[in-house]
Amino acid sequence: MNDQTAKTNGANNEYAVQLIGMHKWYGDFHVLRDNNLSVKPGEIIVICGPSGSGKSTMIRCINRLEEHQQGRIIVNGTELTGNLKNIAEVRKDVGMCFQHFNLFPHISVLENLTLAPIWVKNTPKKEANDIAMKYLERVKIPEQADKYPGQLSGGQQQRVAIARSLCMNPKIMLFDEPTSALDPEMVKEVLDVMVELGQEGMTMLCVTHEMGFARKVAQRVIFMDEGQIIEENNPHDFFDNPQSDRTKLFLSQILNH
Amino acid sequence: MAETKTYEPGAHPAMPAPMATSGVVKWTKDNLFSSPLNVAITFVIAYLLFKIIPPMLDWFVFDAVVDATSRNECEAKGDGACWAVIKIRFSQFIYGFYPENLRWRVNLAFILLFVALVPVLFDNVPHRNKALVFSALFPIIAFFLLWGGLGLEPVESAKFGGFMLTVTIGVAGIVLSLPLGILLALGRQSSMPLIHWICVIFIEFIRGVPLITLLFIASTLLNYFLPPGTNFDLLLRVIIMVTLFAAAYMAEVIRGGLAAIPKGQYEAADAMGLKYWQATRLIIMPQALKISIPGIVNTFIGLYKDTTLVLIIGLLDPLGLGQSVLADSKWQGLSDEIYVFIAVGFFLSCFAMSRYSLYLEKKLHTGH
Repeated sequence: MNDQTAKTNGANNEYAVQLIGMHKWYGDFHVLRDNNLSVKPGEIIVICGPSGSGKSTMIRCINRLEEHQQGRIIVNGTELTGNLKNIAEVRKDVGMCFQHFNLFPHISVLENLTLAPIWVKNTPKKEANDIAMKYLERVKIPEQADKYPGQLSGGQQQRVAIARSLCMNPKIMLFDEPTSALDPEMVKEVLDVMVELGQEGMTMLCVTHEMGFARKVAQRVIFMDEGQIIEENNPHDFFDNPQSDRTKLFLSQILNH
Repeated sequence: MAETKTYEPGAHPAMPAPMATSGVVKWTKDNLFSSPLNVAITFVIAYLLFKIIPPMLDWFVFDAVVDATSRNECEAKGDGACWAVIKIRFSQFIYGFYPENLRWRVNLAFILLFVALVPVLFDNVPHRNKALVFSALFPIIAFFLLWGGLGLEPVESAKFGGFMLTVTIGVAGIVLSLPLGILLALGRQSSMPLIHWICVIFIEFIRGVPLITLLFIASTLLNYFLPPGTNFDLLLRVIIMVTLFAAAYMAEVIRGGLAAIPKGQYEAADAMGLKYWQATRLIIMPQALKISIPGIVNTFIGLYKDTTLVLIIGLLDPLGLGQSVLADSKWQGLSDEIYVFIAVGFFLSCFAMSRYSLYLEKKLHTGH
């Protein structure tokens, strides 16, 4: 048996992300309960649910910002265990955008983008700069390259954060409520970038309350409550014909106000 | 009742502020005469300054005597300060008993100290990277210049004294205590219990003991622990103790800075695949140190002034020399002049550090 099959024994390699019977506890609190999910390459998945339902925790397990205690997580054929090599391997393939951007405030926008390529991938500085400018142009703010993150608006900062992840050429992108901390007028500029990214075939897992985005680009919507996946469906059926009462209640509360 | 008035976007022009918001008159009014109490305080202080400053100037400058050979001669010439004592003993206050024909080495080391400091303190220096190589080599160069060796005539530590001793202990302590403090702060945060507890015990022990005690340990007790016959330089032992003492405080100051870094910074660094030391060096430490600048410089200034405690174990720092000068029958009782001189010497260095820290804080401000 070679190493690759040993790592992914019993799992299917055609998936970008696989969660199999995954549980997580914070101390004694059982926060994720038997999560099972398979994501194909290129799929866009929106995860929604009330606050405290574990949706952020679930996607944070996928790049090991949180550790799961039971079950399996396999990302691009690599299983997440205590093995630091595997964690590094997974993080190379997985980019993440946070609710509060988490840009590095002490270095310029350009340096934020080139830091990981230079230090993690040993990309020469000049090449890293070129890649960074390419992605800054793609998120439409190349003119901000030499500013500090603190001098940008929230929407611009989040677009920088997306570009920063893209510079590492990830195969999967995780979005943890990327528009929740933004002024209403800035939500669209970030969503536009995300829509474009999805259309280009990026595998995306998005925790978000932007239901318009979910309808427009998601292939599947996942609804979570109390650490469990309650419902999974295509956006059309999810919004127009929700199955569980909990989903119906949630949708009525976020859509009819 | 006012009706709602609407504008086309951008239609209303920008107008000048109704009152001057800057200028001398405005400043005076705001700061000196803003209320009856403020007016009263202003006048009281003006009166006190009027009463204090002229006699001070008389003592310091107008009635002061610079040329004299003894206190009696001073008093015959004027009733202000007798700066003659400083003038005659000046070189001793600076060099202690360092051999006169070798003092050029101290001067050279002092000049090179500034050459080495410039690229460390200012990042817009041309050829900074090359200059930093010199800065890194400076401690070795200074060591040989001051103590001799490599063909230079050796000088014993016991000959060191005056401000040169202060600067030697102070600079060595500052240069060594910052990196040690950083490591201790990181160690205290470590998830590895052994490292965590070693750091906690070290920090708490050192902080729980007065510096004087550590200096006594350095001067006497250490001899019992070291193998007999080892001649471990007293000044070196003092530098080690001062460094350990300052490093413990430094560690706590930096820990405060680390605690202020949002968790998201660690998470972003992790998510991007940076390793622990990369994330610490590139992301976490630059921000933590920036937050800690006031505390770090505070510790530096404290360390620098604490070097005067070495007089208790018999080293002749400026205060120690001052005492020996006061014991000289020619200059007996001139403690005012001597202590004012020493105070000014310390103030200049400490004030410079304080101003630099303000400059650095401003420079590193990136608008968040």
